[in-house]
Amino acid sequence: MIVTTTKGEMDDSLLEKREGSDETDSETISFTEYWLNGEMVHRSVHVTLKRNVFSEGITQMIG
Amino acid sequence: MANTQAMCTSFKVDLLNAVHAFNGTGVPAHTASTADTFKAALYLASATVNASTTAYSSTNEVSGTGYTAGGVAVTFGTAPSSTSTTAFITPSASISFSNVTLSTAFDAVLIYNSTQSNKAVSVHTFGSQTVTAGTFTLTMPTNDSSTGLIRLA
Repeated sequence: MIVTTTKGEMDDSLLEKREGSDETDSETISFTEYWLNGEMVHRSVHVTLKRNVFSEGITQMIG
Repeated sequence: MANTQAMCTSFKVDLLNAVHAFNGTGVPAHTASTADTFKAALYLASATVNASTTAYSSTNEVSGTGYTAGGVAVTFGTAPSSTSTTAFITPSASISFSNVTLSTAFDAVLIYNSTQSNKAVSVHTFGSQTVTAGTFTLTMPTNDSSTGLIRLA
C-alpha cells in the first residue's frame, strides 16, 4: 500500500507502522503512524464524537 | 385533559430551520428554500473557543500544509427532527481534513454558518492531536435525541 509521508509517497513495506487508540466518555480516538528510521513521517487520526451539544428550552410560568 | 406548560417541540425544530424571527435585528434572509453553508474549523489547544464564541475567527485556528483557513464544508443532509420533546440535527457525513500536516496540537472544532456572516453554531472538543502528512477525520455520533450532535430539549 502506498502511504503519503513527509518524504513523499512510499510503500508501507518500507515503513514501521504503529497504531493506537484511546476512548473517553466524549470520544473514541484512533491513530495510525508510519515511521522511517526513527522519524515519524505520517500520522492520521480518526475521532468519533460521542458528546453532543445540549441546550434546554425553558418556558417561564406567567403570574 | 390538562394543559401543560411547555416549549413546543415543533418550535425547537423550527429554530434549527430558522423559521421564526422575534426581532428584525440580524434576521437572515431565508426566503429561498436553500440551506445555508456550514463549515468546520479546527482550533489549537491553546485557543479559547467556547459558548461565548460568536463567529468564526482565524485567531488561534490551526495552520499547516494542506489546511485552508476557515476549514471544510459540513454536510447536513438530513433535516432537523425530533423525538419526544427533543429536537436534534447531526451532520450526515464525517468531517475530514485530508493530506494535512498540523504540527501544533489542536483539540477543538468550531461549526459555523458561512452563509450568515460566519456565525458560530457549536464547539466540540476532543483529545489533543497532531497530524503529519495524513488525514484527520471526525466521525459524527448517531443522529437521534440521545446522541445527536446538536440537541434542543
